[in-house]
Amino acid sequence: MAFFTALGALVPLDHFGHYFHWHFIYLSLSNLIIILLMIATFLAAILAPFPGRKSRKEHQ
Amino acid sequence: MSTTEIDRQWTTRLRQRATGKLPPEKLLPDTQPTYVASWIYVFGVATLAALIMVIVTGCILAIRGPLWWHGSVYGHFVNSLHLWSVEIFFFTMIVHLWGKFFMAAWRGGRTLTWMTGVVTFLASIATAFTGYASQTNFDSQWITTQAKDGINATGAGAYFNVLNLGQMLMWHIVLLPLAAVVLTALHVLLVRVKGVVPPFAEKVEVHS
Ligand code: HEM
Repeated sequence: MAFFTALGALVPLDHFGHYFHWHFIYLSLSNLIIILLMIATFLAAILAPFPGRKSRKEHQ
Repeated sequence: MSTTEIDRQWTTRLRQRATGKLPPEKLLPDTQPTYVASWIYVFGVATLAALIMVIVTGCILAIRGPLWWHGSVYGHFVNSLHLWSVEIFFFTMIVHLWGKFFMAAWRGGRTLTWMTGVVTFLASIATAFTGYASQTNFDSQWITTQAKDGINATGAGAYFNVLNLGQMLMWHIVLLPLAAVVLTALHVLLVRVKGVVPPFAEKVEVHS
């Protein structure tokens, strides 16, 4: 519970959200965070070794 | 009945077509090619898992009704499970989509697999939208009163009236989830029929 109270203090929820505005792109901070997390997940999915998979060298 | 008559029956023809295209060992295979051993291939199934969770929690919400999901602790919990499963559903679906885009997974006669994915994506967005419209709280009032002008400007408002809660709820819990589930089933069956797309051939440098 204390953790969530601390989190609530870090992210004030009783204020207007933060928005970014570049030309025609209008994006909330929360949506930007989600997009960055998706890109990070995508890169991790490509780069992280998959358990049980042999490396290319072992194949040769 | 003669054998030719039996062969002509629609049941016989349908069974032969179905088992010819999708024999059991293709429908539920034991092994996959080595290139499938990568995390990027996990995201289709992760999307499927999230979708199942969305449907199950949605059914519980439907059984208990809005008074329960607004007014009780357990109701709030199941409502939150429903929302967060949707968030994970879209998150994993988009990583899945990017993965398939960059490996051009529509190659080799897989156009329909890609296209059923595209339509499922659109149906999912509409399902999510009607879900926000069906919350029966200030949030849904705000969303629908904002959305009505946009939708009326397209002329669709006469048939799809976002201020009509009954209509939005029906779209959200009957028509659109049915479409999303049927499309997803087709999508996954098509993956099974065609098999997983092979990776791009590696460039081999030839030294003369
Ligand atoms: C409800 C949403 C979706 C679900 C449950 C789903 C599920 C799956 C599953 C389980 C697979 C096989 C495993 C894999 O390669 O990940 C797959 C493959 C595929 N998906 Fe989806 N998918 C969804 C949405 C989409 C979308 C939005 C697209 C693109 C527009 C897409 C395009 C593809 C393609 C092209 C394949 C075939 C890949 C191949 O042959 O290697 N899917 N999908």
